[in-house]
Amino acid sequence: MTTAVTQRQEPAGAPPGAGSRRLTERVFRIRESGIIAVLLVFVAVTTAIQPAFLNEQNLKFLLINTTVYALLALGETMVVVSRNVDLSIGSVLGLSAYVSAGLFGPHPGLPVPVVFLAGLGIGLACGIANGLMVAIGRVPSLVVTLATLYIIRGIDILIVGGNEVVAQTLPNSFTSIPRASVLGVPYLAIVIAVVIGLGAYYLRSFRSGRELYAIGSNPEAARLAGLPVGRRVLAAFTASGGIAGLAGVLWAAQYQTVDSTAGTGYELTVISAVVVGGVAIFGGSGSAVGAAIGALLLSSINSALNVLGISQLWLEAISGFLLLLAITLDRVISLRLQAALRRRSAGVGT
Amino acid sequence: MTADGGSAPGGREPGGREPGGREPGGREPGGREPGGREPGGREPGGPEPGGREPGGREPGARGPHGNQPSAPPGPAATPTAAASAPATPVLALEHAVKSFGAVHAVVDGSIELSGGEAHALVGENGAGKSTMVKLLAGVYQPDGGSLLIDGQPVTLHGPAGAQDAGIAVIYQEPTLFPDLSVAENIFMGRQPLVAGRRIDRRRMHTETGQLFTRLGVRLDPGRVSRGLSIADQQIVEIAKALSLDARVIVMDEPTAALSAAEVARLFEVVRTLRAAGAAVLFISHRLEEVFEICQRVTVMRDGRHVLTSELAGLTADDLVRAMVGRQMEERTAGERGAPGERVLLVEHLTREGVFTDISLEVRAGEIVALAGLVGSGRSEVARALFGIDRYDAGRVVMRGRELRRASPTAAMAAGIGFVPEDRRQQGLVMDMSVQQNVALASLGRLRRGGLIRSAAERAFATDWAVRLNLKYGQLIDPVSRLSGGNQQKVVLAKWLGRSPALLIVDEPTRGIDVATKAEVHRLLARLAAGGMAILMISSELPEVRGVGDRILVMREGRLTAEFGHADASEEKIMAAATGQHQEQAS
Repeated sequence: MTTAVTQRQEPAGAPPGAGSRRLTERVFRIRESGIIAVLLVFVAVTTAIQPAFLNEQNLKFLLINTTVYALLALGETMVVVSRNVDLSIGSVLGLSAYVSAGLFGPHPGLPVPVVFLAGLGIGLACGIANGLMVAIGRVPSLVVTLATLYIIRGIDILIVGGNEVVAQTLPNSFTSIPRASVLGVPYLAIVIAVVIGLGAYYLRSFRSGRELYAIGSNPEAARLAGLPVGRRVLAAFTASGGIAGLAGVLWAAQYQTVDSTAGTGYELTVISAVVVGGVAIFGGSGSAVGAAIGALLLSSINSALNVLGISQLWLEAISGFLLLLAITLDRVISLRLQAALRRRSAGVGT
Repeated sequence: MTADGGSAPGGREPGGREPGGREPGGREPGGREPGGREPGGREPGGPEPGGREPGGREPGARGPHGNQPSAPPGPAATPTAAASAPATPVLALEHAVKSFGAVHAVVDGSIELSGGEAHALVGENGAGKSTMVKLLAGVYQPDGGSLLIDGQPVTLHGPAGAQDAGIAVIYQEPTLFPDLSVAENIFMGRQPLVAGRRIDRRRMHTETGQLFTRLGVRLDPGRVSRGLSIADQQIVEIAKALSLDARVIVMDEPTAALSAAEVARLFEVVRTLRAAGAAVLFISHRLEEVFEICQRVTVMRDGRHVLTSELAGLTADDLVRAMVGRQMEERTAGERGAPGERVLLVEHLTREGVFTDISLEVRAGEIVALAGLVGSGRSEVARALFGIDRYDAGRVVMRGRELRRASPTAAMAAGIGFVPEDRRQQGLVMDMSVQQNVALASLGRLRRGGLIRSAAERAFATDWAVRLNLKYGQLIDPVSRLSGGNQQKVVLAKWLGRSPALLIVDEPTRGIDVATKAEVHRLLARLAAGGMAILMISSELPEVRGVGDRILVMREGRLTAEFGHADASEEKIMAAATGQHQEQAS
């Protein structure tokens, strides 16, 4: 009989390594570092080819375009980290945009906050419906929200009929929202950035936020740990719906013409942004800030293709390709990290 | 409150706390914070100190139903007989029943735990221990019987209810959140807060550090738990249970993956907990540990309570007899002739971070058992051999020809069959019929012109059903309707239908009843006698010992020992699997 002598010096795996190693590891561990690098490289390359990319007008336009997506990405992040997905946000946005902005038609003097509340209410209702079916009905969220994507869009089409909200009916106080700026920076972009920051902070520093990550990381363990899984998932869908409702109002303010196609296909763009931003599609990790940066990257890609004068016909194919590239890069980085962690704790090669 | 309470027991220095050294009135449950977890409105001082004197714990009143290893389970052998005992059990389960469809996991389960005791629950695999644990943890609701806390019948509404009632559970399989930090894993749902209900990360990390210090391990509280070794994962689970400051701590095989030093540490902690008045339910296959740390034992067999008794006065043999309820079949390797030519040769197989430098061979007519703890990399080696997973270095040679990597098709063509560990997820298509499942790996032979002939499929399945003595309703019933043992036979039939030269079986008898288990063992022996090479992975030492002609042991991704059938013993295998060799030597 032979016995290989595999010595295990330490009772536990993690040797408290040197400070420098921990610092690099820290940087490495920030999942967003990959996406930020991709964004910087992309901006640098585009600017080198076409310096106009970085002019004030274009940047402003870029930021405004990003706001709706980044806001939606916040809600989607909350859902995705809990190992669910919300495909209905595009439809919710469309419904909310038409109904809320449509209120100005019969009531021209309506205060703007009331319109926002209306959009929020519509979104919350849709989100709660989604959440209840997932949390209590135990139907996979992919199926539920795919169904509500069509149902809500259908309701939207029924309400809209052949009409549309036109710019003339909208008061100036409403349409000026996306255009107001402070020191050259769009006011709206600042507000949205703050909101996303608060959302990310909530996910990071509050029990209920962390529990979403726990649920996404290992649903079975979450149940065994006694976490209120159903309630948290319901809350995530409610938040996502509410945010989509608010985003709908912003969308109306920005585009000023709302018909029954508003927001079509947004769900896929937003999910792309979330994934590109480093949120694991099967839950458990990633941040709202990363998702917002992902949205910024996608908008930048679109904007760059415009600035570079690339034909609209190529736009979709190229942005799809760049998306793939960004995800691959990010994936390679996180795989490397995982392998490194695994090697270290298994004591192989040391 | 959790935090303060959690550090209280740790404040007493560990070490050398024998039950006898405890003062009768000193550290009573009453001394613990009587914070809102007494559902029954129990008075803090409830169990009288007098009833818990070190020497006098569980006095003769337990006699009537204990110490009768041969007594059949029945009303006479139930804990209710102990109602006159001086202390009301903190937690008791009486005549619990739990079934999953056709599988009766627990038929008549009873156990009672008193404050200040470590109580062992032993039984063979499949005896219903883990189901009992989940009943106590609030994960399952019993179909029958009752759960008593401080003598009051209660219903635990889910794991959170159990936690509120002061019951902490360490599950057999670690249940961690791989993406979250170690500290978060421990405090999930109960993180310390600062103003504004924000999580106090610093305190969480400090407290985690303190828990680890108490357990004598060095782990970074901030690291993610993905990538932790099984032993370290177990440590995190133990720390989690400690942080709950529970009155009852259930440990389902906590030592399975730990080294000797870690086990010693854990036992110190258990003694501290007992001294503080907590009840510990300890489940382990290692009987010497049971005798070392526990005062009483409950034995289960086939889902039934067999006996509850003081451990003093019992021997390991008594326990084994009660667990098994029959003599173990012994088989000698000599029955079969010497193994034939080499069928499988594995050289220096390595998958980074999973297993390292695995070299082995399996000959025709030989059963090679691959033993080791769960997570030691055994199943991963099997998966790599069969081409499910890639490997980074080394080669696999099947009957003289090197196998293509990562191709189950190539492995099958070379004559390998693979009965995976998890038959429900990996071995069977649960919604398909018995007949379709049996035929699944042999479709090539059963078709004509690209269409599968139903008649041929039926004949094929019938043939194998008879040969393996399969019990089923109709061949077109979904396979999910069969019992676990019969499902396993379907998986075996699927591969035997291809008459493989090498059959890899991973945990062939996990969760199946005793009779079918013996049948599977006989089948494997018969196949080997017929010239098949068999590589069997098993966590059950009696199975490894009884079935294997040669026994290889893995630990943390490496082969650490090899034994012949004759010179293997369960102790030696366990020592090689846990690495206790070196600890003792150094």
